[in-house]
Amino acid sequence: MAIEIKQIVKGFGEKQVLRGIDMHLEDGKVNMIIGASGSGKSVMLKCIVGLMQPDGGEVLFDGMDLHRGNFKDVRKIRSNLGMLFQYSALFDSMTVEENVGFPLKIFTKDDKRTIKKRVEFCLERVNMAKTNNLFPAELSGGMKKRVGIARAIALNPKYLFVDEPNSGLDPLTSKLIDELISELTYEYNMCTVVVSHDMNSVINISDNIMFLYQGKKEWEGDKKQILKSGNDNLDRFVFVSDLIRRDH
Amino acid sequence: MRMLYHFGRYLMLLGNFFKSPEKLPVYWNLFLEECNFIGVGSVLIVVLISLFIGAVTTVQTAYQLESPLLPTTLIGTTVANSSLLELAPTITSLVLAGKVGSAIASQLGTMRVTEQIDALEVMGINSASYLILPKIAASIVCYPLLVVIACFLQMAGGLVAGHLTGEVPAADFLAGAREYFLPFYVQFMLLKAFSFGFIISSISAYHGYYTSGGALEVGQSSTRAVVYSCIVILLTDYVLAQLLL
Repeated sequence: MAIEIKQIVKGFGEKQVLRGIDMHLEDGKVNMIIGASGSGKSVMLKCIVGLMQPDGGEVLFDGMDLHRGNFKDVRKIRSNLGMLFQYSALFDSMTVEENVGFPLKIFTKDDKRTIKKRVEFCLERVNMAKTNNLFPAELSGGMKKRVGIARAIALNPKYLFVDEPNSGLDPLTSKLIDELISELTYEYNMCTVVVSHDMNSVINISDNIMFLYQGKKEWEGDKKQILKSGNDNLDRFVFVSDLIRRDH
Repeated sequence: MRMLYHFGRYLMLLGNFFKSPEKLPVYWNLFLEECNFIGVGSVLIVVLISLFIGAVTTVQTAYQLESPLLPTTLIGTTVANSSLLELAPTITSLVLAGKVGSAIASQLGTMRVTEQIDALEVMGINSASYLILPKIAASIVCYPLLVVIACFLQMAGGLVAGHLTGEVPAADFLAGAREYFLPFYVQFMLLKAFSFGFIISSISAYHGYYTSGGALEVGQSSTRAVVYSCIVILLTDYVLAQLLL
């Protein structure tokens, strides 16, 4: 088991956003957390990657607790963790090459030539070769996402987290990004966690699906089961799209 | 109560700098970049302001010392001592609070709202230390240098203005500047510059780092950074004067 989440609780003031969620996220699979806006999936992701401290519960990365581990353990987990943010979060002041090479510069003792080679490999892998000297402001939304993925995989991580990979992208680019995430997951045997509310992504790339509803895990299964889950809340979420209803 | 909350959070942010810092070469490159931005990037505005402040101080002092019983060397003394004790460190810092402080707050604020700071945190980098420490270090190093330049140019501006207007001959101005000069004044000026450099960079960084929301909030953080930096500079200015003079 790559990532195990036990009874995660998180609230803001009187509002409980996560109410005791358990999850098992597996290696070599695309684990998808879905839910409507406000269901708690972004907070869940932030708690898993350590951007937020949960009020209760545990997040174990191969048995190591990210929130209560010692400095060495946490550093080790973090060096194995890549994340693609909703709006890519590329560093504005750095070129594409510097962005992708940044984690390598911080975490490895590699010389400049080795880093450059790895950066070029990662950029080629996401079809962004020869963009080394461009700045994020010169890239389109889809290109930024791909550079963000290149940065996330630069350290060859064991865990890849993706927040709303399709937001702000056209359907064709969305599909390309989805396919890239899926390919990389199997290629590097990563434990990939995708937070999304895009049903196209769910159907295209998910292996495991967790549906959050009002801060609780309402349903868990795979993409074959999701269309006949029998869960009213999930059905309302899934079949809101006419397209899916027709296919079904 | 709200002020205590912010003060506590500000102290905690400063404390975070020393938790799990990165490799020294990483900081060195960032420090040099910040020195270039804060120091070199501010020279022009400091030069312009200082020359004019010196000139105006001379003209106004001369206007008030019209009595033939008062020696013209007093103009040099007043301009030199005002520059050393107050005008060079304080006015320069107030101007730099606007230029550098707002830039620091808006840069960090934008990084916060576009999740760039989150990206650093996810990578396991101490974002406070990585982003803010080089700015504070560069400010502490560059501000005293800028203030020394400002002080020199204020006196030069005063000397030229006095000479051109015929209010005070250059020799009298220099004699007056030397007459009541105490080396302690330079130490006092540098202490102020050092303190103000720390105040501007740390307060602005605090407001930028804890920005939440969007573009509107980034602008508000930037404004708050300048306002609070100016207030704390003036308070510190008074406290230092009271304690050390």
